[in-house]
Amino acid sequence: MTALPDKTDRKLGLVIDLDTCVGCHACVISCKGWNTENYGAPLSDQDAYGAAPSGTFLNRVHSYEVQPLATSDKVQPPAQLIHFPKSCLHCDDAPCVTVCPTGASYKRVEDGIVLVNESDCIGCGLCAWACPYGAREKDEAEGVMKKCTLCVDRIYNENLEEIDRVPTCVRTCPSGARHFGDLADPDSHVSRLTAERGGMDLMPEMGTRPVNKYLPPRPKDALPEIDVLAPYLAPVDDAPGGFLGWLDKTLEKL
Amino acid sequence: MHPAPSVIIFTTFSGLGFGLLAWLGLGFPDVTGWSAFAFFTIAYVCAVGGLMASAFHLGRPERALKAFTQWRTSWLSREAVTSVAALLVMGVYAIGTIFFDKALPLVGVIGAALSLLTVFTTSMIYAQLKTVPRWHTALTPVMFLALAIAGGALLAGEVTTAAVLLALAGVVVMATWLHGDGAFARSGTTLATATGLGSIGTPRAFEPPHTGTNYLLREFVFVVGRKHGTKLRIIAFTLAIALPVILLLVPFSHWLAAVAVLSHVAGVLVTRWLFFAQAEHVVGLYYGKR
Repeated sequence: MTALPDKTDRKLGLVIDLDTCVGCHACVISCKGWNTENYGAPLSDQDAYGAAPSGTFLNRVHSYEVQPLATSDKVQPPAQLIHFPKSCLHCDDAPCVTVCPTGASYKRVEDGIVLVNESDCIGCGLCAWACPYGAREKDEAEGVMKKCTLCVDRIYNENLEEIDRVPTCVRTCPSGARHFGDLADPDSHVSRLTAERGGMDLMPEMGTRPVNKYLPPRPKDALPEIDVLAPYLAPVDDAPGGFLGWLDKTLEKL
Repeated sequence: MHPAPSVIIFTTFSGLGFGLLAWLGLGFPDVTGWSAFAFFTIAYVCAVGGLMASAFHLGRPERALKAFTQWRTSWLSREAVTSVAALLVMGVYAIGTIFFDKALPLVGVIGAALSLLTVFTTSMIYAQLKTVPRWHTALTPVMFLALAIAGGALLAGEVTTAAVLLALAGVVVMATWLHGDGAFARSGTTLATATGLGSIGTPRAFEPPHTGTNYLLREFVFVVGRKHGTKLRIIAFTLAIALPVILLLVPFSHWLAAVAVLSHVAGVLVTRWLFFAQAEHVVGLYYGKR
């Protein structure tokens, strides 16, 4: 049923740290790998080795440049490069769910995950039209809509080691930029991170109330000016003896 | 938005077909027998043909029947339900006029209402989308209904009424264009709100996630042909509104009426192409495009 639940028991989601993401795209690759080999239709590629390759991805990493405003301290502050992973935000008011004509899209009451029942999906694409974040893509081979499942086949999977029962993007991230947990629980580490770091919603004006939060980049450190070569150029011994002493004297005479 | 031929043909012809059905249901023109058969054939070919064209953009058309289930929340599902209801009710009315020489006024009125409701539900599929600011306005359903009612009157041969309604539809189409041109800017959605990075400074898309294209860019970021927007609007307005009105105002002849209908259909096809091609989805912001 495509009516949204009034309230979900938990709000499982991701907190993505824009301060620590290094833009390595490992989450993109691990997501493509896990979700091609496991639950649902594989994420297909078209013309993968040809001139115009294209494919279905549930997670993509953009990169943005932000030019900070000049201040009296920094007349010409350096631009910041921010890597920006983007996947389904599992919105509380998910517009993709209510527009679905077949009931294939739904938001789970128990944990708030937004999923697609692929055997009911007619591939009309209206959910992708309704999503402001580009979280849904039509798989060209399967003809159905694909989206992030929050690795629903990992997080409850008792065949996996406990440490692996998180979305594969979180498990893979080498810089610790991705965090998974229950955002309805104020004591969860993701809720605490959001509170401490001022976690934010993307496009709040769309009224989608995303569950996933983004942690803004922290201000860059302002270190004192250091000449990194200076220590190597300063004399280390005023009166060397032995061979170096002889060399020093000989060179002085020349 | 990608102007897919399937949705352009679908919205144009189902609008005309259901517009004509609405007029027929209200008894304009008051025809029976073979004459009624001809009118209903045109209406059903347009309406059903349009609906079938829409099935071509589905990834899994064989499951299309499932689209009738979610009318509580989905405008697309409501459209499916009301369109079939309109076709069935008007079918009863058509059988009465064609085979029994008897119009059933109550059935006709209900059928006409359902026909217009179908056009309304179609328009709401677009108007509901906050993600496409140009469409997210009450003008969208007004424009769809105005064109369907005027086009229906034209097909129904209501010469004077059609001329007036076409002129009114022209005003609505103009208003839609003028209002739509500033809609994205007025929506307040920018790369700064999309990324939340506006507090630091002005963000700029630096590198896309990949060098190739993807479903999102193909479906939502359509920039080809925008530079001809003004010329195409003039062509669309001339064909859909101005020429048919002139042809209706000169002394009536069936040939001129046929030209008026063809001109109107061609014009509406161009307005629908512009409706999609000029609509910008907010997801384009993430890619530094619109």
